[in-house]
Amino acid sequence: MTAFNALMARELRLAIRLGGGAMMAVIFFLTVVTLIPFAVGPDLNLLARIGPALLWIGVLLSNLLALDRMFQADQEDGSLDLMLMAPLPMELSVVAKVIASWLTTGLPLTLSAPLFGMMLNMPPEALGAVVLTLLAGTPGLTCVGAIGAALTVALRRGGLLMAILVMPLMIPILIFGISATGAAITGPTPFMTPFLVLLGLSLGAFVLAPVAAAAAIRFGLE
Amino acid sequence: MSTFQLRGDGLACVRGGRVVFEELGFEVPGGTALALRGANGVGKSSLLRLIAGLVRPTAGQLTLEGGDPELPIGEQAHYLGHLDAIKPALSVAENLDFWARFLGTGEPPHIDAALDAVGLGILAGLPARTLSAGQRRRLALARVVAVKRPLWLLDEPTSALDSDGQARLFELIANHLAGGGMIVIATHTDLPLATRTLRLEVAA
Amino acid sequence: MGVFDFANPTRFMNFSARVLPWLWGLAALVLAVGLYMAFFTAPQDYQQGNTVRIMFIHVPAAWLAMFAYALIATSSIGTLVWRHPLADVSARAAAPIGAAFTFLALVTGSLWGKPMWGTWWEWDARLTSVLILFLMYLGLIALWRAFDDPGRGARIVAVLALVGAVNLPIIKFSVDWWNTLHQPASVFRFDGPTIHPTILWPLLVMALGATLLFVALHIAAMRNEVLRRRLRSMQARAARSTIAARAVA
Repeated sequence: MTAFNALMARELRLAIRLGGGAMMAVIFFLTVVTLIPFAVGPDLNLLARIGPALLWIGVLLSNLLALDRMFQADQEDGSLDLMLMAPLPMELSVVAKVIASWLTTGLPLTLSAPLFGMMLNMPPEALGAVVLTLLAGTPGLTCVGAIGAALTVALRRGGLLMAILVMPLMIPILIFGISATGAAITGPTPFMTPFLVLLGLSLGAFVLAPVAAAAAIRFGLE
Repeated sequence: MSTFQLRGDGLACVRGGRVVFEELGFEVPGGTALALRGANGVGKSSLLRLIAGLVRPTAGQLTLEGGDPELPIGEQAHYLGHLDAIKPALSVAENLDFWARFLGTGEPPHIDAALDAVGLGILAGLPARTLSAGQRRRLALARVVAVKRPLWLLDEPTSALDSDGQARLFELIANHLAGGGMIVIATHTDLPLATRTLRLEVAA
Repeated sequence: MGVFDFANPTRFMNFSARVLPWLWGLAALVLAVGLYMAFFTAPQDYQQGNTVRIMFIHVPAAWLAMFAYALIATSSIGTLVWRHPLADVSARAAAPIGAAFTFLALVTGSLWGKPMWGTWWEWDARLTSVLILFLMYLGLIALWRAFDDPGRGARIVAVLALVGAVNLPIIKFSVDWWNTLHQPASVFRFDGPTIHPTILWPLLVMALGATLLFVALHIAAMRNEVLRRRLRSMQARAARSTIAARAVA
């Protein structure tokens, strides 16, 4: 476990020192939310109605942008080569990086969502529902994003391509995240059904992502 | 650890549809160094990455006699490539400490001794972003010293090193060989030590 | 050339050269019969009139859209597990053809939707799923094109294809769920027993013809890919011989 913890500690330390990941993603999220009223008009009723969708889309995009360089930086300075030669299997290294990335990006985004939701005139129960569903869904988004980051690790300019590859795969999480949020706010469908599916999707992604990402990294560095 | 021997038999490497090398064989007994020589693009780096397990051989076999049969050769080898694997935002000691813990097998790492060995002891607390190219190279070398692995794969290790750095490098190499370790080194400079040489040439 | 023999691809090239003309002929024949049946023997729909005939293109295209992805996924297993050189060639050749059939399914679906729904695009569950499939094809092709060395990209794209194959049923399920929340049931419904034989037979013939066409296109594209790779390795060899020449001189 030393190696696993060492990697997590390094990732967290880097994220905090560079301040890039977490803060930038949250600022981007705020910018997206700020743009919306200019696009749809400052109608508070309308904003409250589409608020959960806006927050989810905002988190999805902000998270995606922050994930782009998840493996790229380590590839560019040769760290990734050494990780493949370490006693820790690459799959577990991916897990460590995914957890660190979620802690420094997914979680801050989720926690900032209710603040931005208030700017969209969302009622408290809607804010609670969004935070709950984002807590369940963002780990899945991070995992799927990790696959995309690993697939494009060998490419010098992978950013846009990664988004294209990954976003279709995020659709199920988005659908069930939004539908659980909607069920919690207005009904009529029960909340637990879509919420449990959402949890299942995140868990499934957590199982699939390390295997797929590690394979993609091995092939990418050859 | 005197019974080590790295052997390559009939190794071939195909990249991008072209044969980089084939039918390549060599032996590196414990305590000796093998120097890879040859023109640019002839496959020296590819061979090192192949031994490191980063590139799969298209044909042939690599064996490390005397090593741990459970582990791939890559996990018993150090790879010092063109890149130094250093994070500028971390301090010199933090960089080394991470790799020592990540690559090591659990024993507490000897960071200070390794930094002293490459002459970076007094810089331990500085952010790595302040290091010059040669100092970064030394820090990468400290990683190789800090974690004990029997096989060193060095790709142009002298690049960017000043004469003091080179002297320290050769001393570390000599110590490693004296301890029974093996070294495969790709270099264009003359080494002040006895090596076997594997000359790679472009096939006609 | 111990390592770099094209034994398998060579056999494939010889075999496919013999089979391909027959396949083209057969595909043309079956498609001609199918089109004749679709336009002249199949009856008009009492509600949709002649527009129902779009189905005879739309359904085979949608079927091949899925078939091609399944083929890519199967080939990807071949690439990852057996590292068979033809597996990657097969996957790479199938992708643009699959994307084209997916696009055809989208366009015909949209054309069909106009008289039915009054809009060119309806966020209907099936059409939406096909759209996502189309996006995934484009992603595969984009990733392939991003690698300048086909051998290196092959296994990475294979990973993506398999991740996509695992995800497709989940996406389909999610989109269906989403759709039942927001939309009435789809009009693209072909429950086996309710289709009258006068429609079913032309549909089956068209599906067979389109599949034959796909196979012919796929084999032709594979031949091109093999030739392209041979050319590439010749170029690489030529570049190497100039390095050697300079080293000697």
